Amino acid sequence: MVSTNWMGRFRMNRTSGLLIALMFLNLVALALNIGLGSVSISISDILGSLFGSEKVDNVLSGIVLEFRLPRGLTAMLAGAALSVSGLMMQTVFRNPLADPFVLGVNGGASLGVAIALLVLAPSGIALTQNLKFSGHILVVVAASVGAGAVLMILLAFARRVDVISLLILGLMISYGVGAIVSILIFYSMADRLQSFFNWSFGNFSSVTWSHFLVFAPSVVIGLVAVAPHVKSLDAFLLGERYASSMGVNVRRSRILILGSASLLAGVVTGFCGPIGFVGIAAPHFCRLLLKTPSHRILVPSAILFGSLISLIADLIAKAPGVEATLPLNAVTALIGAPVVIAALLKQRNLRRVFGG
Amino acid sequence: MIEERYVLEASGLSIGYFRGKNGHSLVAEDLNLKLRHGELVCLLGPNGAGKSTLIRTLAGLDKPLAGKIFMDGADVSTLVSRERARFGSVVLTDQAPSGMLTAYSIVALGRYPHTRWTGILSEYDRSRVEWALRVVDAESLSERQVGELSDGECQKVMIARALAQDAKVLFLDEPTAFLDLPRRVEIMRILRDLAQEEGLAVILSSHDLDLSVRCADELWLMNPAGIVVQGYPEDLALRRIIAQTFQSDEVNWDTDEGCFRLHRIPKRVASMEGKGSVALWTRRALARKGYRLGRVEDAELKVTITHLNGHPTWRARISDSWRSFDSLQSMFRWVESIS
Repeated sequence: MVSTNWMGRFRMNRTSGLLIALMFLNLVALALNIGLGSVSISISDILGSLFGSEKVDNVLSGIVLEFRLPRGLTAMLAGAALSVSGLMMQTVFRNPLADPFVLGVNGGASLGVAIALLVLAPSGIALTQNLKFSGHILVVVAASVGAGAVLMILLAFARRVDVISLLILGLMISYGVGAIVSILIFYSMADRLQSFFNWSFGNFSSVTWSHFLVFAPSVVIGLVAVAPHVKSLDAFLLGERYASSMGVNVRRSRILILGSASLLAGVVTGFCGPIGFVGIAAPHFCRLLLKTPSHRILVPSAILFGSLISLIADLIAKAPGVEATLPLNAVTALIGAPVVIAALLKQRNLRRVFGG
Repeated sequence: MIEERYVLEASGLSIGYFRGKNGHSLVAEDLNLKLRHGELVCLLGPNGAGKSTLIRTLAGLDKPLAGKIFMDGADVSTLVSRERARFGSVVLTDQAPSGMLTAYSIVALGRYPHTRWTGILSEYDRSRVEWALRVVDAESLSERQVGELSDGECQKVMIARALAQDAKVLFLDEPTAFLDLPRRVEIMRILRDLAQEEGLAVILSSHDLDLSVRCADELWLMNPAGIVVQGYPEDLALRRIIAQTFQSDEVNWDTDEGCFRLHRIPKRVASMEGKGSVALWTRRALARKGYRLGRVEDAELKVTITHLNGHPTWRARISDSWRSFDSLQSMFRWVESIS
């Protein structure tokens, strides 16, 4: 009997089957992401470039190694990070709609980036794509600080108000922060605005290998930091008072969990721009598919699902054959919004589906 | 002198809420409370007396404003949260979650202070979860989603969760609120059995005075002034402390009858002849309709109960007119029609 799962007896086999299927789909989506684009590349050429085969044309292997591969890996990590971040926020806030975007955390990150790019950025640095290593770190730090600040505000209120008020609060923070960003934009010069707008559309292609060296470890650290909390996240499902009665150090756990949630959301937002809906849709899919509340299973599956959704969204954004990339956050919203609506209509009561 | 060992002891305890930096609002102060192994204690008091605050403070969820709480002789403030969780478990009024949680997985969460960091259940943990579900008679619910359970079933699952925590004291905040009478009795029966058979100390707050007086080993009566009186239910009834605690403009607790009585000053006088349960219920109906019993000479309504072939018959007389009825309802209809 493989029953190490506290949900029941026979679920482990089904669960591992689903997780393996998700991994396989991720590989397929990654291959498609690398293969499709303005130039289509065959699977043998992809493998050839990856393993340094002499037979592959240098231009093709350059495209694969320098552009498509980092972009695909970035999409996977970003999706995983957003999805896990959303999962943790939904559990801790006990709210099915909590995610970095809805709760205004992305708005906070935007403000941080707007201040960094429009106010602080030293003149002479061309931003985004040509950004120097240190300049990009500035964006990431700014996004994380902005995201963290909004989360702290929400946390301060989270003890006193109910979840609906908290959502409205997040919405109001988004509006307020959006207004400040608008004012900053109003007073900014055109050349700086372009880099801010490029950032705000969201895309995975801005992360080159040199950026990837910062991006990937930050995301991996954020994801690994979740591991010690899988057990307390389960306890949070019953609410903070029950969690406390079961021996969870609620205050400490809440800060650590939401801290890693804001690190994940902040890093992704800093590097790739604000990307909505992955944080809501991916954990939601996982709960429906795996039918378990256990974060020991939900966290790994949220990683795989988030990564898969991002790869698919990026595939659509690249709209094979078209030279320009569509704004990524438009694509995720177009995929994500109907998913949430469909779930609402199908389940009637969203709380049934989520852990709310 | 025998030195008694208490599983839970509070001395000089002040409870309330912290407000702002230094301010607080006091609910009750200088409470000295003792709880023994194997006892079922019901905490009673009018709304707003601070029952929930007291339960949560004793359970270690809220910080006391002053004073100390000892669990098995150890000062609670020195315990780490995991040790505290192994000492006492709670059933709160907080809304139960309704996500992808089966009854089994909720109860399994009770093993939290006993499992390692992954939360994976051992063979022993699972046997305790199954035991807890069996004790509350909820084995058949284990694969059901909590969202689909009735209030009573849900409450049983939450009690099983608290039991699975293997604590020595069970704290329950209004576990029988929102339940119908059979469910309330069932929950109280389960808790009583747990205290008597498993040696658990059980403390629950309740509004159900009648059931508490019948089931509890000890009552803690909390009045709005924040004073808590401990004692045997019957002693407290005889010393009229129950009546004092629940005194209000609307109702009072009748020490002779052992139940609440609406405060309505009866304007009219009725007389009644009869015995047994028929007389009891006739008396109640007369009281409800605003009559007090008096001598036949003073009565404006005279009722005589007779039994015909085992069926009660009421003969009512107002001044010169009289009639017989086979139900109290028809009798009072007639009384109202002529007066």
